[in-house]
Amino acid sequence: MTRFLVRRVLGIVPVLLVIVTLVFFMIRLAPGGPFDSERRVSPEIIKNLEAYYNLDAPLHRQYLAYLAQLARGDLGPSFKSAGWSVNELIGLGFPVSLELGFYALLVALSIGLAAGITAARRPNTLQDYAPMSFAMLGICIPNFVLGPLLVLVFSLWLGWLPVAGWEGIEYKILPAITLGASYAAYIARLSRGGMLEILTQDFVRTARAKGLSETRVVFVHALRGGLQPVVSFLGPAAAGLLSGSFVIETVFQVPGLGRLFVQAAFNRDYTMILGTVLFFATLILLFNLLVDVAQAWLDPRLRNQGV
Amino acid sequence: MRSEAQAEKGTSLWQDALHRLMKNRLAVVGACVLATMVALALATPWIVPYAYDAQDLELGASGPSRAHWFGTDRLGRDLLTRVLYGGRISLMVGFAATAVSLLVGVVYGATAGYLGGRTDAVMMRFVDILYALPFTIFVIILMVLFGRNIVLLFVAIGAVQWLTMARIVRGQVMSLKHTDFIDAARVMGFSTSRIILRHLIPNVLGPVIVYTTLTIPNVMLIEAFLSFLGLGVQAPMSSWGVLIKEGADAMEEYPWLLVFPSLALSATLFALNFLGDGLRDALDVRAAKD
Amino acid sequence: MPLLDVENLRTYFHTRNGIVRAVDGVSFSVEKGETLGIVGESGSGKSVCVYSLLGLIPSPPGRIESGAAHFDGSDLLRCTPEELRAVRGKRISMIFQDPMTALNPYMTIGDQVTEPLRVHEGCPKMEARTRAIEMLQSVGIVDGAERLRDYPHQFSGGMRQRVMIAMALIGGPELLIADEPTTALDVTVQAQILDLINNLQQSLGMAVILITHDLGVIASTCDRVLVMYAGRFLESATVHDLFQTPRHPYTEALMASRPSAHAKGETLYTIPGLPPDLSTEIAGCPFAERCRHAVDGCRECELTLEDVAPGHQSACLRVQAGEL
Repeated sequence: MTRFLVRRVLGIVPVLLVIVTLVFFMIRLAPGGPFDSERRVSPEIIKNLEAYYNLDAPLHRQYLAYLAQLARGDLGPSFKSAGWSVNELIGLGFPVSLELGFYALLVALSIGLAAGITAARRPNTLQDYAPMSFAMLGICIPNFVLGPLLVLVFSLWLGWLPVAGWEGIEYKILPAITLGASYAAYIARLSRGGMLEILTQDFVRTARAKGLSETRVVFVHALRGGLQPVVSFLGPAAAGLLSGSFVIETVFQVPGLGRLFVQAAFNRDYTMILGTVLFFATLILLFNLLVDVAQAWLDPRLRNQGV
Repeated sequence: MRSEAQAEKGTSLWQDALHRLMKNRLAVVGACVLATMVALALATPWIVPYAYDAQDLELGASGPSRAHWFGTDRLGRDLLTRVLYGGRISLMVGFAATAVSLLVGVVYGATAGYLGGRTDAVMMRFVDILYALPFTIFVIILMVLFGRNIVLLFVAIGAVQWLTMARIVRGQVMSLKHTDFIDAARVMGFSTSRIILRHLIPNVLGPVIVYTTLTIPNVMLIEAFLSFLGLGVQAPMSSWGVLIKEGADAMEEYPWLLVFPSLALSATLFALNFLGDGLRDALDVRAAKD
Repeated sequence: MPLLDVENLRTYFHTRNGIVRAVDGVSFSVEKGETLGIVGESGSGKSVCVYSLLGLIPSPPGRIESGAAHFDGSDLLRCTPEELRAVRGKRISMIFQDPMTALNPYMTIGDQVTEPLRVHEGCPKMEARTRAIEMLQSVGIVDGAERLRDYPHQFSGGMRQRVMIAMALIGGPELLIADEPTTALDVTVQAQILDLINNLQQSLGMAVILITHDLGVIASTCDRVLVMYAGRFLESATVHDLFQTPRHPYTEALMASRPSAHAKGETLYTIPGLPPDLSTEIAGCPFAERCRHAVDGCRECELTLEDVAPGHQSACLRVQAGEL
């Protein structure tokens, strides 16, 4: 297991390298620079700025310098937020996104699993159709529609919850629901499918023949296998949830990483763009690794193969 | 017993699938809604009640009425007209970008699967790496850096959507390459092109059709999402995403501006998803989604 | 009084293509300690018949239309789900055809074998463990203590079936239902498993219902045999009588089509025609269409098992009339 983990963690490095290279050159090849829009700045000052940020060096030098910086764990200074390093900005935004993502994940898992398992226990009855129609709704109403609609109803018309901001717990309810809704829908569909497949297996019949209660059959015997599809979905999903959704953070004015990134992209803040991409990619890769580990833990047949 | 009866009737796989699809009421409704949307989009210039940019500043924003079924926006522009024109763009982006992803994905996946071995390993490793790229971020970067034009939008969205298609096609080709009936065809001395045309493609087609149907709503979502952030379709053009964004900004005073474009987008997404699910069941394709 | 007494059991499947009469009015009983064989082709309703008794029929589409199954004073077909659960896995156990899929791949052998004890008797963990090791020992898994932590995929097919048997017998059932217990196994392992079931039956004094399509298995293990065809019983006899003097044309045909009934190189005998479509109602004897002795009366008669010799019943009209 340890060897497997070490190998997988080491395997992440080349992938990150490819991504950095790809994005680095893509940014540099794009027309326009980070200081184009600052009209009042004289050409000399721009020169100075470019020298300060090492933008006047040949491209391959810039690239190597950036890699050297990365190797030290330093994502460099932000081009646009003067005096801030990218590390500091991420450190500022990520905890907020993490918190939001955590609540959203809770929403997604609790609603999604409950709906999916309920539906799978009586397929093709009302108990199946009702939660599954609801899930389809969650998939077909995008979060940038759901968010404003929820604000319209619960904040503006009913006045129960604040419109936007990030202070007390009441500020976190709507963003968490909005972000979690579509994930809940996917989890519901996946867990229903997984459970339905498992519940037709011979070993479930064996469990029933042993005289176990339906609850025990479902939760002790079927659940582990039935949740496999959900677990593989959780890797990319959790990464997406925890990195915060750009739209949610924009709609609800949450000071998270997603919003910082969108701002950075609009401002052509090169280092910030690269830094966030790298950060997100690392998150995704780590979660995928986590999923593989979780799957081996769930399915003993995978354990011996060393994955 | 049932299969014998079907064999007697001589129904082919596709007729059988169509029959099953027609029995799925939701899928039929989805297909009808989609067809209506496409027809409306195609006919938009001839059926809209007002010119696209006709303003009525005196009227300003007004709720739904007999003259303006969906109401008007702040500039007095007819929302129904704008939703119809927006639908044209949204649907066009949906279909065009899906076509890009389809083309790239099928060619890439089929090549990897057919060649196999080391080439396949390298090609699929590349796909794995791209999977680790945060998609939406990637599209955002592309749109910001290379200007916000609509062709780039197709390419950007298509570029991130082809990965799953490539995986599906590769998997199908790989598994088919070694199945008995391909071997049998080879033993019987059929040419490679005949094997590909008559045997491989029909078998790969099912999953590809299903996944394509399910990709279109995804692509439309990304377009709407980008437009919502101001990175997608640019004025004077508009799409459902743009309209939703405008509606969200004005929802406090003029909620209809948010409601109607949202309904149009969601109805189309519903239709496509139901149709895709129906096709998957009818063609008996597994693991085509998620 | 028999241990289990089943009367007029009917289990139908209500499918889109009509009602499939999988089991259509069967009656039988099992005495304490005896081995009853049920033999028939696949699809004849053997498994559905016993699954019905334990409420293991997937419903919908399956439904028990009529019948009673008396087991120790209660009717299994009418008792509450809780009462039935108390019987299942405790007083009546089952083992299944394919030990590859019948064991839960996600749980350890130990958890699965001890589960009946923990659920039915509330047995504490350590005691259940000790009893599981003893039980595994008696089914021939000697290193049970080490293997409790293993998962099913770490066992061979024959070993898995031994685990299944241990799991079925750990609660000390009065009746064991074995549904094609050896069909999925290698020929060499088949005999071992049958021996094991026989030996355990003698030492534990339980009754066994053995379902199989293999007359050879019946001959070597059972006391009494029921011949099933198209959801109905056509003949009931002791193993000795059945093999010596079969009293139904179907049984005769079945015996004649066994490879061992032929000399080497001789063409195998096959019964002409196909089993009837169970989704249409069958009037009279279901075998009439394929029977070379059939007369017009066979397609109209009421099908009943009647004594044709002491302890020997046949559903054949012509045998009952003394014509065959």
